[in-house]
Amino acid sequence: MRSTTPVQTARGADRPRLARSVRLRFDPARGRHVLLTPEAVTVLNGTGAAVLELCDGRRTLDEIGTVLRGRYGSVDDDEVRAFVDRLTARRWLEIGDAEAGRGQRRGQAGRG
Amino acid sequence: MASAVGRPAVDRPAVERPFGLLAELTYRCPLHCSYCSNPLELAAHTDELTTAEWQRVLVEARDLGVLQLHLSGGEPLLRRDLAEIVRCAGELGLYTNLITSALGLTPRRAEELLAAGLDHVQISLQADEAALSDRLAGVRSFERKLVAARLVKELGWPLTLNVVLHRHNVDRVAGVLDLAEQLGADRIELAHTQYYGWALRNRDGLLPSRAQLERAEGVVRAARERLQGRMEVIYVLPDYHSRYPKPCMGGWGRRQLTVVPDGDVLPCPTAHTLPLPRASVREHPLAWIWERSPLFQRFRGTDWMPDPCRSCDRRELDFGGCRCQAFQLTGDAARTDPVCHLSPDHGLVAEAVAAADEEARSGAAVLTPRPHLAARRSR
Repeated sequence: MRSTTPVQTARGADRPRLARSVRLRFDPARGRHVLLTPEAVTVLNGTGAAVLELCDGRRTLDEIGTVLRGRYGSVDDDEVRAFVDRLTARRWLEIGDAEAGRGQRRGQAGRG
Repeated sequence: MASAVGRPAVDRPAVERPFGLLAELTYRCPLHCSYCSNPLELAAHTDELTTAEWQRVLVEARDLGVLQLHLSGGEPLLRRDLAEIVRCAGELGLYTNLITSALGLTPRRAEELLAAGLDHVQISLQADEAALSDRLAGVRSFERKLVAARLVKELGWPLTLNVVLHRHNVDRVAGVLDLAEQLGADRIELAHTQYYGWALRNRDGLLPSRAQLERAEGVVRAARERLQGRMEVIYVLPDYHSRYPKPCMGGWGRRQLTVVPDGDVLPCPTAHTLPLPRASVREHPLAWIWERSPLFQRFRGTDWMPDPCRSCDRRELDFGGCRCQAFQLTGDAARTDPVCHLSPDHGLVAEAVAAADEEARSGAAVLTPRPHLAARRSR
């Protein structure tokens, strides 16, 4: 099991992805995206959902910033990074190594 | 004559939507834990909902806003249709969480649940070694739990271990944490016993002493530091030893609801002990029960509160504590939870806590095991 230090800061080449126990869903009852974890429901705002939808273990943080800029015009990279760091500290996001990217984790396919 | 402009009316009550549904699929269980919170009158709940009834409940729950389904009991694996229920929940977009003793979690059963889309598994442990664990569970189970826990990890599920703490195992917390680490658990919940059902009957034999608590808290603090980033350690304080009560269920009828095996819907799993009108999915839609039933309205919000809660700054933080505990200890469900040091009934809790501190009593208590429930079979 790869150990992550909760206080670490994501780098531009990191490839964040949702942890195995976490699901990102659209909740039609509330009209909001939600992050579902073993014991918690987190209701997301539009930007939070947009960032997490791009955290697929293949895109780097830099690439995620580029996509968001294409969509919203201006994007505060530090804010995105802080958001990713916060969720990584809670172990809801995992940071894949640059070389080990490409989303090749056993047992991952087709879930979530 | 009616006036042209009617009074503004609220069509739907301004009630928050629930996030979680605790589905107690059956009260049948292979274990006999003396701290079980299932009802004392187990035999009154044997007419279990059918698969089709559960599926209807899940659809109604989803429409109501439920996002998480906690499958519990009793032992949910005793329902042969568990995978069907999980599949239905997954198709509705619910996050599924199995809370199990792990007895009956065979490789075949586990594969079936994985294929059905089960998201997360929580396995109960009674202690860190076989003799004590099996004694507390009332049945040989420890080794089977370890096998099942390893299987959960092999299949790639996230694993949470649940350990209910009390006088007879709280001194084993360090060993339990070591075991959890060996098993590769992602989370461990160390939760002190809540005194309902069988646990309340056995309270005097289960309450730990303050010295035991302090030692355990030290162990947990050190483990959290050591395991940071690898395993989440959740420690649920015992409410009897707290200054303020727990915010029971995050407020009555506010965030969660429970459906028990025979279809009764409750604001919390033990609310059947209260003298309140029943509400069943066999008689009413879930939305009506949540929004309008007298049962769910009874302690919602803060209007029902007596003093000292009514004028307390914490009334929206702990919601007056637990209604079931207030009822069980004082006979009045609308009183402040006696756990609160501001409660006029706090002496009832303080006496029990003081008695638990008398070293002479340690280990001498006789515990009443929860009996078996011979249930009518469900489909």
